[in-house]
Amino acid sequence: MSGTNLSGDRHGADTAPGDARADGHDDDEGTGGLQGYLVGFGLAVLLTGMSFMVAGTSLVWAPSIPVALFVLAIAQMGVHLVFFLHITTGPDGINNVMALAFGVLIVLLLIGGSLWIMGHLNHNMVPMDRIMQMQR
Amino acid sequence: MNRPGWRQMGLWAGLASAAGLVAAAAFRPGHATAVPGGPVGDLLEDEPASRGPLRSKPDPNHLGHRAGAGNRQHNTEHGERGTASKRIIAGYGFWIFLLSDIIMFAAFFAAYAVLSGETAGGPAGKDLFDLKVTAVETGCLLLSSFACGVASIGAQTRRGAWFYGGMAATLVLGTVFLGLEVWEFAGLVARDAGPGRSAFLSAFFALVGCHGLHVGVGLLWLTTMMAQVWAKGYRPDILRRMLCFSLFWHALDIIWVAVFTIVYLMGSGA
Repeated sequence: MSGTNLSGDRHGADTAPGDARADGHDDDEGTGGLQGYLVGFGLAVLLTGMSFMVAGTSLVWAPSIPVALFVLAIAQMGVHLVFFLHITTGPDGINNVMALAFGVLIVLLLIGGSLWIMGHLNHNMVPMDRIMQMQR
Repeated sequence: MNRPGWRQMGLWAGLASAAGLVAAAAFRPGHATAVPGGPVGDLLEDEPASRGPLRSKPDPNHLGHRAGAGNRQHNTEHGERGTASKRIIAGYGFWIFLLSDIIMFAAFFAAYAVLSGETAGGPAGKDLFDLKVTAVETGCLLLSSFACGVASIGAQTRRGAWFYGGMAATLVLGTVFLGLEVWEFAGLVARDAGPGRSAFLSAFFALVGCHGLHVGVGLLWLTTMMAQVWAKGYRPDILRRMLCFSLFWHALDIIWVAVFTIVYLMGSGA
């Protein structure tokens, strides 16, 4: 360990989102520092490349492509969160993760609920040509 | 995109996000040993040398705020630690804002997902999108995210070459991204595929345009950050703003991942 324990009591500190360490200085290992950004960038390029490859390929069963794209996108978002925004599940970042979890809950409710309700409305809707006939 | 496909994907999204959390947790062990203040590091090294045997075992999740140890005089209503530093408060508040921004984007995504099939006899995604342009845009934004990370390290460690170089690279790459997007939009409007053509195109322009607007605002913010550091130096308040800016820029990249996957890749494949 380095001898840079300046604050003395870093245990009780929270971490600001975007900081790899509680005292605001990026460390050289793990998910912080230039190395962390390099690892994150490499993983992101890999996942993006796979996404573009899967989208254009005829090698895999066609109906599975959207699912694969979705999984790759979620994985890349996770990579960005961990290596670029430094939202980790470590003890000092628990508040950031809780806020993220709540945000994800709302996003899933919003998108899932919209698709669900609009799908049913679409299903039960009178077809457009019938409406035209009724208006005559 | 057919509707059963969307429902399937919702299911997979849940599974994948669970897998992502597990992956994030898996990165932690190496991290904990690397951080000097981490629980493992403290137990191994600091305790015998500097603190003596009186120190109690830290609880890693701070559930009990380590009652009975540490500085008694700081024992305020915020627990033993006192109030958090301004940097943590600013970053956390901005993180909450970013999450609300992401929720707003989720509403645009929901509208797009519902309306993506409603082309009103007009062109669909696969007739309009050029994946090469999307690939270049994605590369620009990804590289700019990395450059922004370099710039934030430069700001933290007060290395001017890293800070100004990273910020300038971010500015150039972001401008190229925005230029490509404006060029793409102009091409669509010229081909009579503007936002008024169909519900699908309205949703498309609203979603992608909103992201582009965010990038434009981010570029303005970026130039003011460079000017502030140039004029005032690496003051703590300037560094807090820089933290918020880098969070903003990385969050825009996350939203772009969803945009290029759902709008461009799925739209051109359907």
